[in-house]
Formats: sequence, structure tokens, C-alpha cells
Amino acid sequence: MNFKRKDLLGIRELDVSEIEYILDLSRSFKEINERSIKKVPTLRGKTIIHLFYEPSTRTRTSFDIAAKRLSADTYSITASTSSAVKGETALDTMKNLEAMKPDVFVIRHSASGAPWQLAARTDVSVINAGDGMHEHPSQALLDMLTIMDKKKSLRGLNVLIVGDIFHSRVARSNIWGLTKMGANVVTCGPATLIPPDIDSMGAQISHRLDTCIPEADVIMVLRLQKERQQQMLLPSLREYSACYGINPQRLKKARKDVLIMHPGPINRGVEISPEVADGPFSVILDQVTNGVAVRMALLFLLGQRQDFF
Amino acid sequence: MKPNQNPANLILRNGRLIDPGRDLDLVGSVLIEDGKIVAVGAHIQIGAQRLAQLEQIDATGKWIVPGLIDMHVHLREPGEEYKETICSGTRAAVAGGFSSVACMPNTHPVNDCAAVTQFILKKAAEEGLCRVFPVGAISTGLEGKNLSGFAELQAAGAVAVSDDGRPVESSLLMRRALDYAKTFDLLVISHCEDLGLSSGGLMNEGPVSTRLGLRGIPGAAEEIMAARDILLAELSGARLHLAHISSAGSVALIREAKKRGVCVTAETAPHYFTLNQELLSTFNPVYKVNPPIRTAKDIEAVKAGLADGTIDAIASDHAPHSSVEKDIEFEYAANGMIGLESSLPLILGLVREGVLSPSQAIAKVSLNPARILSIPFGSITEGAPADLTVIDPQAEYRIDANTFESKSRNCPFHGMQVRGRAVLTLVDGKVAYTA
Repeated sequence: MNFKRKDLLGIRELDVSEIEYILDLSRSFKEINERSIKKVPTLRGKTIIHLFYEPSTRTRTSFDIAAKRLSADTYSITASTSSAVKGETALDTMKNLEAMKPDVFVIRHSASGAPWQLAARTDVSVINAGDGMHEHPSQALLDMLTIMDKKKSLRGLNVLIVGDIFHSRVARSNIWGLTKMGANVVTCGPATLIPPDIDSMGAQISHRLDTCIPEADVIMVLRLQKERQQQMLLPSLREYSACYGINPQRLKKARKDVLIMHPGPINRGVEISPEVADGPFSVILDQVTNGVAVRMALLFLLGQRQDFF
Repeated sequence: MKPNQNPANLILRNGRLIDPGRDLDLVGSVLIEDGKIVAVGAHIQIGAQRLAQLEQIDATGKWIVPGLIDMHVHLREPGEEYKETICSGTRAAVAGGFSSVACMPNTHPVNDCAAVTQFILKKAAEEGLCRVFPVGAISTGLEGKNLSGFAELQAAGAVAVSDDGRPVESSLLMRRALDYAKTFDLLVISHCEDLGLSSGGLMNEGPVSTRLGLRGIPGAAEEIMAARDILLAELSGARLHLAHISSAGSVALIREAKKRGVCVTAETAPHYFTLNQELLSTFNPVYKVNPPIRTAKDIEAVKAGLADGTIDAIASDHAPHSSVEKDIEFEYAANGMIGLESSLPLILGLVREGVLSPSQAIAKVSLNPARILSIPFGSITEGAPADLTVIDPQAEYRIDANTFESKSRNCPFHGMQVRGRAVLTLVDGKVAYTA
């Protein structure tokens, strides 16, 4: 047992053996998802609360399915259905839910750091399901699992992350995880969407997509939110697509075994063309499938925590 | 001794007298009779009979300094009395060694007219433990549109004008404010921030903001406004004071402006020479402040600015908030930290570090703010009512915000091991605080 944490908040704080352990465990859970009866009794009697302060379909459903396949009881609370609309703070909401004796909180929040702040105030395990622009650890883990399914090892791989790095928690968690596991990470986008000093996290910076593509073993495409134009970060979506959109023309120079990834939701025709999203290099839906296995592993690790003491 | 309303009759003996205004630094005594400073010096001649009628305080090993002045605090009254009141805020001031404070106008209602200034002064006279000098608003309602009545504010007792908490966005309005203030020889205090550039910002911009996924505020957001206001002060010839300077770039701009002869002064706050942005890694909102705490390089530049006189004063920017504003998500939490009861040991830390001499350090919180605000305090004057602070520079202790007189607890220095504290604060000839 290499994992003794109360919470799973970010990739930055994990060491290589912890990441490997989680990925190994995820592989063993993948098989359950292929059975006709997709349920094991591992977390029977455990209570998992999904506390989502930001809209989410994919991640919430993925965590919920993962929990149910482990036989845990799950409850979902979203900002619009919680007492947040009545002015209750997230801390008060959590304290009230804590009083009902859950085993794990899965927390998503639009404010960076909120899961850290909340985890520090509860004895219940917390899994960060994405906080602001900060971290999205389960996404990075499922991305690493997906790459390793196809490439065996992450060591020495060139991973190109393209697009809105600035606002992306997926990019940040992946930079931590991939560089820890020995991959080379290049972030590529217009300078307005590359956060200052991103190289201090271990990623290289490029603004020239076409020179990066031939080197890349993996191209991770990030969603471009359409509001970025109003924030003076971009002149137009058209210009963005022309410079940084991933399309078949650009991929002609790519390696024959390149992987195209996207954390979703995708903006077809903006950061990725439909032909690429649905094309032969795309592993976008494998990522989603792996997401359930990774989240089963995380819920298993934290949900069983008390039983080891 | 307890705080009391009777004029003090006492002699402080054998203390280290430090009065930058008189270039005094010697071991001596101060005689106070009926609240007035009667004699100051190494050897005070006093008959045995007279001595017997005085309370004698042995100040051996202590510093006797002019009553300290914090030229930038938020007392929150009127309007946010749950955070602080004039009573609790001035209690905190005297406990921290301050006999005078200047309070910023961002109350509810805003201090943009005589009625509010008078209310503050009346409350201070009735319930306050130290002198309170109100700062009026530059613009009515702090809205940045129309000038408030500077003449009316000054006549009511305001010592300066500022829209602190917000910058004056329009260069034209700032120019007019400086020109109009010149009419009355009134000081204009600027909160330097380019709101467009800092918009949405939560902390200093750089590797730490990138790592934490918190929107950054570049030093340039402060520096652009510092540069603009220096140029406008040069244009108008008015007296300009730049509040809470935090960035290396601003220090350089002020240094250069002073060299050029521009009539500009500046203050910084203890958190800007003490706290590094790395502290934000825990997402604890107690470290959230505007301007933000920055890098080691900025801290060094602020210290250098204090050492060479570029930065004239140290003020706490005491900004009380309750847990309602602070114990929430970092992104949603209010900016600001309290400082009245933690400033002095941090300033004395600069003396131990060799950044400032004892006399320079005391000048930053007495003589210099008094001169900037044009108030007749900040020096030890025979014949005047006693505003004096006695400091034990050696007292070692851990800062404990739970023991503060302030109503709020948003102190980033809570738990810090420090040295030096006020042990006696005299205000207007009366004992306002004893440790």
C-alpha cells in the first residue's frame, strides 16, 4: 500500500510511486467496466457525496458511475440545488453534510484552492474534481492511463498541450503528472493564453504550432471558451482556429502513431476540427472510458481509508 | 497602571530617549506633570519633595519615543461596526503603541462631507483612546466622478483626501483633485492601481499565481498609476502621497521622482517588507490583500526604499474584516489585513536586521507621517500635552491575534515569534495603555 493520504487534491503533491500505484489500480478496475454485471461490493455501506459548485456533466457522471460500480451510496449536490442559493457558505454546507457521516466528498469548485480550504476543515476524505484554474487530478490520471494504454511508458514521450493553458486546470495537472513520469511537455498557444512563468512548472513554451507537431507523440487539445474573445485575449475565433486549430492539414506532418486527446467538452471547428476529433488518431472517448476506472481507483483508495487504521 | 482619564503625573527614568525630530538619542528621563511634558533630558533636576508626588517609572532598557502615528487605517465606523469601531480600533492603536491614527474614508456612508468627518471626530472624542485624523474622500461616494468638498472637509477636520480602496481612474479627475487640493494646501493620498490591468486579480502575478491557478496582478498595475500620479503631481505642484507601496518598480519610480524634485511622499506597510507570496500556497485568505504581497525581490526593494528615505513612512493599512468576509473561498474573500497591534515589532525587526537605525525606524511612524499630514505631533515637545510611547525592544513573545483589542482577527502574523512591544502609551497627557 503506497497511498496513505486522507485526500486526493492535486497531482503536484503526489510522488511517482503514488501515481504508478493509482494507475496500476485503475487498470485492475478497467476490467469490471467490461463485464455484463458491472458492480463489485468493495464500497458497500460507504457514503460518497458529490459536492459540485460548478456545472459538470462528464466528471460528475463519471464519479457517480464509479462510486455505484463499487456499491457505494452516492448523493449529488450542485450549487443550484444546494443552500448556496440561500447564502450558505461552502464551509457551512460541508460541515452540515459532514454531520451526516459521509466517507468521501468529491468536490468541484470554480474557485481555485477551494477543495484545499475545505479539506483542511474536515476529517472526511476529499477528492478534488477540479478547482478553478488550479488542478484536476483525476483528469490528469485518466490522461496518463490513456497514453500508457497506447504507448506503454510515459518516459521520454513528447506531449504537446495546445490552446488555452492559462485558464486550464487540466493543463496544470498534466504538466505536473507527465513531467514527474518522465515525459517532455510543451505548451503551445498565443502568448495571451500562456500563463506567466509556466516554464517554472517544468513545461516548455512555444507559440509555433506547426513546428511542434512533427515532434509530438501526443497532442492534447484544450477547449477554447468562446468568452475569451471578449476578454481581449483573442481577436477572433477565426484567427485562433487558423493559428492553433488542430485540423487534418496540420496533422499531415504529425507522427503516424500520434495520439489526439481532448478533456472535453469540445468545440468542434474551433480548437479541433470534426475530422480530427472523430479521426483515427483520436483517443478522446478512450479517455472518457478510462475516467471511470481511474475514479473507481481513487474512491477505493480513499473510501477504504478508515478500514486500515 | 490602568488607562485613565486623569492627566498623568509621572517621571520616566533612565530610558533611551529617541526623538528624530530633535535628533535626540540618549539615555535620559521625561518629566510629565498634569499631562504636560515639563522636562526632557539626560539629567533632570527635581526636588525630592516634588519627586515623591510623582509616579516613577523605571524605563531602563526601554525606549521613550514620540507617540507613534499610523497614517493609514480603516476604523470601519460608520457602517461596518461589526468589523471595527472607533472605540475598538483606537484601543488596538494604543495597544500597538500608536497615539494617533489617520482613518480612510471608505466607510458607509463615505466620509465625503463635513457631517461624516464631524461624526468620526465626535465619536473619537467620546470613545476613542487615541487621536483620530479623518481622511476625506477625493470623489463623492468614492465614485470617481465629482470632487467632494475639500474646503468643507478640511474645515471639519480632515487632514487629507483619498479614495483609498479604489484608484481615481480618470487622469483628468486626479489632475483636478491635485490642483483643487493645492488651493487649500491639502494632501492627496493615492491608492495606485490600474483597475483594468488588475481586474479579477487575486495575488501577485508570477510563477506562484500560475502554479496556484489564481489570477495575477502584475506590479505594473501599481507602477502605472504611481507613475501617472507622480507626473500629475509634477504638473500641478500639489502634495501627493502614495499609499501602501508594494513593488520594486514603484520604489524606483518614487526614488527617481524625488531626485527630480517632485513633491511626493510614500508609505509602505509591514506586510510588504515581511510576507512573501509563497505564503498563498495554502489558499488562506488571511494573506489576501490589495496590493498583494509579492516576491523576495520586491521585499528587498521596499526595504532599500525605507533605508534610503524613498519611502517616508510605515503605515499598517489596518483593514479589519470578520470571518464572514475572510473564512470563505480565497477567490471570494475580501482584501485586507489588520496591523495596528503587530506593526511595531515588525518595524523593530528592520532595526535588528540593520535596515534602519532606531531613529530612522521611529521617524517612519512619528515625525515623517506628522510632517506629511501637517499635524503638530510626532516629536517630544516640552510644554505640550504628552503623546509618548514607551517600547520594550527586547520583549520576546508570539503574536496572538486572539488577545487583540481589535474586533477582527484577520492578522497574517498570528503565531509569529517577534521581539519588541509598546509597554506604555500616553495620549494627550493621559495614560491610554499599559502592558
